[in-house]
Amino acid sequence: MSVIEIKNLYKIYDGSEVEVRAVNGINLNIEEGEFTAIVGPSGSGKTTFLNLVGGLDKPTDGKVFVDGIDVWSLKSRKLIDFRLHNIGFVFQSYNLIPVLTAKENVEFIMQLQGWSRKDRIKRTGDLLKAVGLADRMDSRPAKLSGGQQQRVAVARALASKPKFVLADEPTANLDSKSTENLLDIMEKLNQEEKITFIFSTHDARVIKKARRVITIEDGRILKDETK
Amino acid sequence: MLFSISWRNVWRNKLRSAVIIIAIALGICAGVFSSAFYKGMADQRIDKAIKTEISHIQVHRPKFRQANDISQFIPEADELAARIGEIPEVSGVSSRIIIFSMASSAETASGVKISGVMPGEESKVTNLHTKLIEGNYFEEERRNPIIVGWKLAEKLNVKMGSKIVLTLQDIDNNIVAGAFRIIGIFNTANGIYDESNVFVKHEDLRRLMELPDHSAHELAILVEDNELIRETQEKIQTLTGNLEVLSWTELSPEMNYLNEAMDLFMYIFIIIILFALLFGIINTMLMVVLERIKEIGMLMAIGMNRLRVFMMIVLESIFLSLTGGVIGVLMGGGISIYFETNRIDLSMWGEVYQDLGYDPYVYTSLEFSLLVNVTILVIITGIIASLYPAYKALKNDPADALRIE
Repeated sequence: MSVIEIKNLYKIYDGSEVEVRAVNGINLNIEEGEFTAIVGPSGSGKTTFLNLVGGLDKPTDGKVFVDGIDVWSLKSRKLIDFRLHNIGFVFQSYNLIPVLTAKENVEFIMQLQGWSRKDRIKRTGDLLKAVGLADRMDSRPAKLSGGQQQRVAVARALASKPKFVLADEPTANLDSKSTENLLDIMEKLNQEEKITFIFSTHDARVIKKARRVITIEDGRILKDETK
Repeated sequence: MLFSISWRNVWRNKLRSAVIIIAIALGICAGVFSSAFYKGMADQRIDKAIKTEISHIQVHRPKFRQANDISQFIPEADELAARIGEIPEVSGVSSRIIIFSMASSAETASGVKISGVMPGEESKVTNLHTKLIEGNYFEEERRNPIIVGWKLAEKLNVKMGSKIVLTLQDIDNNIVAGAFRIIGIFNTANGIYDESNVFVKHEDLRRLMELPDHSAHELAILVEDNELIRETQEKIQTLTGNLEVLSWTELSPEMNYLNEAMDLFMYIFIIIILFALLFGIINTMLMVVLERIKEIGMLMAIGMNRLRVFMMIVLESIFLSLTGGVIGVLMGGGISIYFETNRIDLSMWGEVYQDLGYDPYVYTSLEFSLLVNVTILVIITGIIASLYPAYKALKNDPADALRIE
């Protein structure tokens, strides 16, 4: 079953001199439980594509359906709510809330969703354990390494039980050991909990782990390979 | 958690927050202390006017106050005073004969208000007997003793034991004069009062003016408690029938206005301080928002709605303002409480203050409601200061914000 259906998606920036087609007519289906890498050189449109799918950037044309819901037909307030309940985000530069501890960062999103305190505490513990940070729960981001911060970000992305996780170059700022570690965790969660992961990357190690690799260039799909 | 995030955000840039918190604290401290200072000054002025001059309630014939018409006396004043004195809330009643006249020394003359008082009764109503700087309060059995203010004594160039002549009109409109010997000089710390008031014995003045026995122009009444004035006034009115019974706020409306004006002035002063601080808080909050554009974009991306983002900024601004405000209120309150019992000496400018009727030694007067209201005003300032920065935050596009390196 398709979690995400993308139909004739365009994002065109009208510059004063040149028109930039960041996403230029993409059609794509992502099935539940996929572990998909969007690859391509810098400026190929990977991040823009993820932003369109994640409901952060409005497409010039085309439609994005998540579980049959036309994402861009939603009004601004509903769209934020939709993101909160359906999409998990992992950013290149972690983007944790610096004044909250690892535990609070993960809990925060569940609080936005209105979870009970008891359930929040249990799930936070489970998730931080799953990403190997059970002993760093009370540390603030500044006290964690880049790899640890990104693992907290993964736990946060999963906290809301999203339909899929969008990860924009999640390993770009990590060393090889942290990258390996993070990929193992994401792969394990994907296999054991059937969580759909879509990540943009040009990191060969990530591409190697992905079971589906979609290559984008100049805003178009160049290749779509399933291993 | 929103409260927790906002509170912790205040302390992210400790130096910047500390600077604005100190500015707010000092501003509020100055505002609270100034308010307590001026309120103390006004309260002392009113208290002095009540205890030295007006008393709480006065009874007159209805036309007496219009032109100080001496023929408008209360015939059986002594009996009425005794009946008023039986009211439980009344702590003292003094019957007075009042006339505006001329006091002359060998060198010069001056217009004065002569009050003929019964010393024993008067000392239960006013505190003039405690304000003597020389002599005594009608303790000597002399003929025609008089007590004068230090400023009048200076003006007439007289001293203790000197004679002064009071020239006045009797009840039949004849001009009469009486020689009085100074047995006491008072200083109420109100220059105007001390220059224009003299006190003689009730019977001496009554005899000189040929007023009937037991008569008086004025009954001055002191009540146990300020809160009981209205109630006591009604009781006295019932006893006195057609006589005019007025409280100090009606007798001296300018004192009441002073009280109200001082309250208003205090709040205007504090609002001006807060208005100046408002721009400092806006500036700080704008820096906060502009510095955290990416973070706010991330929060909106992961699903924090606009209302929560707005509340987060508003709460941060309130916490920032309130921290400074509470410190300022505590500091200002503490200093004001200290000076409630330890006087502030303004005697260097004493003459100026005394000429205006104010005491050169000021005790502050702090009202708890002032502290509560200032705290509320600080919260309102914090909310107002957050509106523009919060609007800037909400204008943020998450996708654009996340692109910021």
